[in-house]
Amino acid sequence: MLNRDKGPIQDIATTQWKAGAGMIDANIGPAEDSGESLMEWMVTTIQEVVPLPICLDTTNYSAIEAGLKVHNNEWGSPLINSTSNDPERFPMLELAAKYNTLIIGLTVGKGGLPADAEERAAIAAEIMARTMEYGVPLEDLYLDPLVLQIATSQDHALKVIKAIRMFQELNDPPMKTVVGLSNISNGCPKQLRPILNNYFFSLLMYEGLTAAIADPQELAPTVKTINVILGKALYAHSYLEM
Amino acid sequence: MAFTLPKEAYTGKVYSVTIGTDDNTVAFGGENVLPFHIFEGVVPNRPVIAYEIQDVPPDDWPENIQKPFETVSNDPVTWAKFCQDVLKAKAITLRLKGTHPDRQNRSPEDAAKTVKDVLSAINVPLIILGSNHTEKDAAVLVAAAEAAKDKNCIIGKAQEANYKTIVAAAIANNHKLIAMSELDVNLSKQLNILITQMGLDREKLIIDPMCSALGYGLEYTYSVVERIRVAALVQNDLTMQAPMLGDIGMYVWKVKETQASEMDMPQWGSTEERGITWEAVTAIALLLAGAELLIMRHPRAVGSIERVIEELY
Repeated sequence: MLNRDKGPIQDIATTQWKAGAGMIDANIGPAEDSGESLMEWMVTTIQEVVPLPICLDTTNYSAIEAGLKVHNNEWGSPLINSTSNDPERFPMLELAAKYNTLIIGLTVGKGGLPADAEERAAIAAEIMARTMEYGVPLEDLYLDPLVLQIATSQDHALKVIKAIRMFQELNDPPMKTVVGLSNISNGCPKQLRPILNNYFFSLLMYEGLTAAIADPQELAPTVKTINVILGKALYAHSYLEM
Repeated sequence: MAFTLPKEAYTGKVYSVTIGTDDNTVAFGGENVLPFHIFEGVVPNRPVIAYEIQDVPPDDWPENIQKPFETVSNDPVTWAKFCQDVLKAKAITLRLKGTHPDRQNRSPEDAAKTVKDVLSAINVPLIILGSNHTEKDAAVLVAAAEAAKDKNCIIGKAQEANYKTIVAAAIANNHKLIAMSELDVNLSKQLNILITQMGLDREKLIIDPMCSALGYGLEYTYSVVERIRVAALVQNDLTMQAPMLGDIGMYVWKVKETQASEMDMPQWGSTEERGITWEAVTAIALLLAGAELLIMRHPRAVGSIERVIEELY
């Protein structure tokens, strides 16, 4: 990214698109210096090769706006990652309203990490109220319970699963949900990571998770299998090949 | 407050399949709604009924279904022309029944000649079926597909046991293909996957979920047809979006109710009326379940189904 080398970024994006991704997350970190031009470059670089919308992932407000300005909405609405209960992140909702985009609501506040599923749901309700105040429709909000590392916060894995269930009950039609999946296995030995990611993901799917920021290639067999088990896709012996 | 019709929107769509050549084509499928839900979406084509004829005289058919064809059914060409010119058939199905080893055991070459003769006598699209002997069909349908090369026919039926050669013949000779499985939605999907993995465009496929007659398992066929259509429309399952076939006539005209005489069954009424009604009722049930292509026999049953289609559209 720093050298503005398009090749590797476009390769990753293309691979993910072919593996069935519906959106590409462009994470440029906090990007305090020249975040605007970096996000612009990321969005156009990715959309040059894949016909997908982009998830704009940074805490830098003006970098998000710069990305939204060049985003090709022909492939779908972009997703802002993210607003939260931290007042510094409220302005992201302004951008969502102004540019008519989707937005992730991360259920954390200024005071640190949520203790359990109930606290996540309480923060979610506050984010939802604020989302409506800013004029963003609730169907454009994706609630993110904040996945923590299993290696250091084992009890949160189950709390996140429970939060996914609770978030949906906060509205009718149910609220949409999203997770940054691979954080569950962050810090774990390399060979364990896909195992943790896949099993955790299948439990989240069972609870009705709408979306995940994850490696679609790694998850494809799980997605297909869970869809078959949940009756969302018709079984055939070759279902994994489709 | 004005009444607003509640509408379902579906993510999937059934492929439209066109058969025949030049100005003599007919299309079916193409809708993005459940059967006859014309108010909900796009229904570009009406269901098509194809008259069934055979390569050999229909001496195994009950008397009442032989009768409408008694002057023409000795020769498949005359029979085909009768269906086209007199009965105004929109399509014709030639069943190569005589190739079955337990029947006349006609050779693939004989079958190919019959196909050529029939094709040169008619303009309407042709559906070419084997005798439902999986081994023999593989040879017969290859010869038949070659004889009909580029005539954009439908050939069938490809089944799990013989699909490879038949699929190859359909691809090589530019035909559409019927994939038949035995009343099982999962096996139907599997066969479709295997066939498309061989290189046949999925838009060239027609699903035969296996038919059955009223009173003889029609409810099983009905629910398999329904499930396939729901997979196509609601789950947007790309492997299940082919139009479906109801091979009505051969299943209806062998059940007791279409044959038992009035003498034996006085409480059942006229044998002839009963048979025609049996075929029509079976056909309408499958149309309501989701079939877009029907193979039928009795002209009066066909007539009544065409009127129903006309009225529902």
